[in-house]
Amino acid sequence: MFLDYETLRVIWWLLLGVLLIGFAVMDGFDLGVGTLLPFVAKTDSERRVLINTIGPVWEGNQVWFVLGGGAIFAAWPPLYATAFSGFYLAMFLVLVALILRPVGFKFRSKLADPRWRAAWDWALFFGGFVPALIFGVALGNVLQGVPFRFDELQLPIYEGGFLDLLNPFALLTGMVSVTMLVVHGATFLMVKTEGAVAERARNTAQWFAALLVLLFALAGLWLTMRIDGFAILAGGDPSGPSNPFNKVVAQQPEAWLANYETLPWSLAAPLLGFLGAVLVIVLAWLRRAFSAFLASSLAVIGIVATPGLAMFPFLLPSSTDPVSSLTVWDASSSHLTLFIMLLATGLFMPIVVAYTAWVYRVLRGKVTVEQVEQNDATSY
Amino acid sequence: MSELTVVELSRLQFALTALYHFLFVPLTLGLSLLIAIMESVYVMTGRTIWRDMTKFWGLLFGINFAMGVATGITMEFQFGTNWAYYSHYVGDIFGVPLAIEGLMAFFLEATFIGLFFFGWDKLSKAGHLTVTWLVAIGSNLSALWILVANAWMQNPVGAVFNPETMRMEVTSFAEVFFNPVAQAKIVHTVSAGYVTGAVFVMAISAYYLLRGRSLDFAKRSMTVAASFGLAAALSVVVLGDESGYTASEHQHMKIAAIEAEWHTAEPPAGFNVIALPDMEAHENTFEVKIPWVMGLIVTRSFDKEVPGILDLVEQAKLRIRQGMQAADALTKVRADPNDELARQALDANSRFLGYGLLLKKYRDDVANATEAEIEAAAWDTVPDVPVLFWAFRIMVGLGFFFIAFFAYAFLLSCRRRHDRQRWFLWLALFSLPTPWIAAELGWIVAEYGRQPWAIEGILPTFLGVSSVSAGNVWFSLGGFVLFYSTLAIVDVFLMVKYVRRGPEDYLGQAPDRPRAATAPQGALPVGGD
Repeated sequence: MFLDYETLRVIWWLLLGVLLIGFAVMDGFDLGVGTLLPFVAKTDSERRVLINTIGPVWEGNQVWFVLGGGAIFAAWPPLYATAFSGFYLAMFLVLVALILRPVGFKFRSKLADPRWRAAWDWALFFGGFVPALIFGVALGNVLQGVPFRFDELQLPIYEGGFLDLLNPFALLTGMVSVTMLVVHGATFLMVKTEGAVAERARNTAQWFAALLVLLFALAGLWLTMRIDGFAILAGGDPSGPSNPFNKVVAQQPEAWLANYETLPWSLAAPLLGFLGAVLVIVLAWLRRAFSAFLASSLAVIGIVATPGLAMFPFLLPSSTDPVSSLTVWDASSSHLTLFIMLLATGLFMPIVVAYTAWVYRVLRGKVTVEQVEQNDATSY
Repeated sequence: MSELTVVELSRLQFALTALYHFLFVPLTLGLSLLIAIMESVYVMTGRTIWRDMTKFWGLLFGINFAMGVATGITMEFQFGTNWAYYSHYVGDIFGVPLAIEGLMAFFLEATFIGLFFFGWDKLSKAGHLTVTWLVAIGSNLSALWILVANAWMQNPVGAVFNPETMRMEVTSFAEVFFNPVAQAKIVHTVSAGYVTGAVFVMAISAYYLLRGRSLDFAKRSMTVAASFGLAAALSVVVLGDESGYTASEHQHMKIAAIEAEWHTAEPPAGFNVIALPDMEAHENTFEVKIPWVMGLIVTRSFDKEVPGILDLVEQAKLRIRQGMQAADALTKVRADPNDELARQALDANSRFLGYGLLLKKYRDDVANATEAEIEAAAWDTVPDVPVLFWAFRIMVGLGFFFIAFFAYAFLLSCRRRHDRQRWFLWLALFSLPTPWIAAELGWIVAEYGRQPWAIEGILPTFLGVSSVSAGNVWFSLGGFVLFYSTLAIVDVFLMVKYVRRGPEDYLGQAPDRPRAATAPQGALPVGGD
């Protein structure tokens, strides 16, 4: 293999970021539109317009989430095992919410009964809002460290409860996440709709982008002033075997800022988050819908990358047993698996991107109330 | 109730969610291909009735597909939530086919399924046909990769235990991808999906013919389903995956249990048509045997033995002893990585470490197990014989029924007499549940028959679970049962509603078909026919 273990681990850390950002950008607007469904759309036809803007594409978008799960399983097995079993009930809620979406889109408009449709509208709201919130809450907990340790067989043992997840900082990051995806969904609706719906989406995008700037800044301040980060004091061989016990870790104030000091270019991530959100406000005001959507995508990229860069090389720090913390250097698959997975990703990811772009091109153009009403039987 | 352990609850949840997911997968596999065939005929002949068939079966396909996607999400994450040690222990190998499935297959079908429904007016005929085929190909590739992953659980090739990371790590992906068990499983499972799709189309078409409505639509659908179903039924039985089991020595126990063969018989072994296996006495209280047949089917030879359960238990005892040495050596290597002697002992025995881990059910310090515990662990390797014996026989019986059913249907459609024999139409209608019964039983044979192993010979199921509380698993299990049951009711309700309304009603409202064109009222236009 022409790539050494350390390089492959860094590449897979980057690819993990690409997948999470891919999920946040591509499926993020679906979740945002779901969250906005009961508020931005008033009449049944308007709601169907919203649903049909994402109807043909959400299935493909959701694969980013499924692939994210699969890639973490293959490239970061201890992370997959620890995070999902630790956040057991939170994950269950996410699964229920995400399961509601496929059936919600498909089933909602198959019957005309208003109660049936209203029930599914709230199901779709739940399916958008809950995952957006929980992903943010989970990230807020990861930044504070999660209470888990490994036993002698390397079975991860989680020592917290579900309600502990809902601490103030995590709720704040959850709000950042929801706000970010609401902005993203609203700018998407500016592109894909017209008239009253588009106007409401424009207002929403502006107000929530302003809120996003505020909340993101608040979370950043809180993180720098009140949250202790983690640092590797000794060990942590970047080419060593994937065994967390070969290192010494300590929780220290401002440790999450260390990367920003040693690598100043990494400050581009939080700046991009702010810049994107501000641009959304300006571009929405100028009614430049597509540019506003791009700006919102930039904000998503910057905001998701910010904690990732701050924590490197940590993936999942442990608050109760710091040595059990999972890092890029001790939570990966074997050298060979990372290499094969890189080949598979290098081969298929460009193909996926190419045909996804083609599908969006075929589906370009606005979704209107008239279209939905004319195609009553076949529209969602 | 509360006495159920986390292991039992997690197994119950996995079995329920997997069996539930597998209600939708076979139909997706079969129907996607049937629809692609129908649309191909439309594009080649230009007859619009074939487009209408594509759209109407596509509508039912879509309802089913949504449920398949929804329930599949649970499967992708359940390994992490409920089987954390499993995920840690084999993620290095098992995660790879799952991730490639997402990249190569699921992305393909999920991205193009939207265009299938929304692209009729936006694409050329050939363009839309390509989209439909891509959905069908994506679905089938998806099955391929999932079965590569599953086959590795049955026959874990190309991997070795690494004491430094306490897990299995891959040595050869070629062996994992070209696992002989995977090849047999793929053909068998995908064919079973095609049978399901074909029976589904046959049954609903029979309903229309019995009601005397949508005749052209139903007859054509039946003709396609009959020939497709015949080929699939032959494939599912003849290329059934029992032959694949023999390729792997790990599966001997499953074969012996399926056949209720307690003692190794003189080759070629006889086939038990009926047996009443007694798990306590280790014998069959009653059996009806056909000489030779089992030996011929299983070994494809006259002189190879099919080992019996008692002999395999004796073999398991030997392996458990070696596994104990491996566990002992592993403890020493973990304490002192430079202990060369221990390292050699580990290398010599690590193949059977999994058998040593079976003893974890009885004690933590595996190396000090008593004779009684070894005996008990060896008997743990025997799966539930009566369940496997009967599940297998009902499945195979249904397989032969499918061959006869489709052969007769094929004959009828060749002579264009689908609607003359009403008894056959009733049979077709009432056959609707049979492929699902066969498919679920097939899952039980393959996966329940794998017990006590999560990974055959490598990781016992009870060790694979997460360290979550029973209360949490009760909560999620209850949630899934409630939630899935509700969705199932909604799904069946919508399916029945749309089937009852029929193709005219659905397509009559389609935008590209003004109502005026649908004359005479209620009948489909037989465009160009």
